[in-house]
Amino acid sequence: MEKGPAHIEMETLLTAAFAPTHLAVINDSAKHHGHSGDDGSGESHFTVEIESAAFAGVSRLMRQRMVNKALGDIPGTRVHALAIKARAPGE
Amino acid sequence: MSVNERIDEIVKGNDVVLFMKGSPLFPQCGFSSKAIAILDHLNVAYESVDVLQDMEIRAGIKDYSDWPTIPQLYVKGEFLGGSDIMMEMFEAGELQAIVDAEGLAKAG
Repeated sequence: MEKGPAHIEMETLLTAAFAPTHLAVINDSAKHHGHSGDDGSGESHFTVEIESAAFAGVSRLMRQRMVNKALGDIPGTRVHALAIKARAPGE
Repeated sequence: MSVNERIDEIVKGNDVVLFMKGSPLFPQCGFSSKAIAILDHLNVAYESVDVLQDMEIRAGIKDYSDWPTIPQLYVKGEFLGGSDIMMEMFEAGELQAIVDAEGLAKAG
């Protein structure tokens, strides 16, 4: 399946913000088809796996805040559900 | 009373509060469902707020915590996180440690 606009934008924003050593933006929307958060865009549910030195010594809460901030209005507005797995290298 | 004051009253007035979509018996979202499963597993007493029943709180809670998504867990007036963080903390034994350290009431 081709990447949608939110998918590509998330990859670009996260790469720019964190210079990640690992980044996977995974579109889980098909698994949630017909679920209450499915708006028909095919971009309702995502998982972000990101590894960056920027997360070293940072709490879970702050890591998620950093990722959410970097993504602007995407989480919770344009994308219904975003699971975030953020780690520092070596964790 | 402003929505911020309403939320503050709920958060400060209960040891454990989950803002969620739906009710504990009928969660309306997989992430809220996961959060409830964790709280049930901890066997801790909690208050839940269904944001789908209150549009003012649904919008206001995101500003209150500066967090864009639901569910949101608060313990002793403090924002702990959403379902990803709850699951990571649960798996690391950190949620149980908070329950013990804060002496939180058991469910039932």
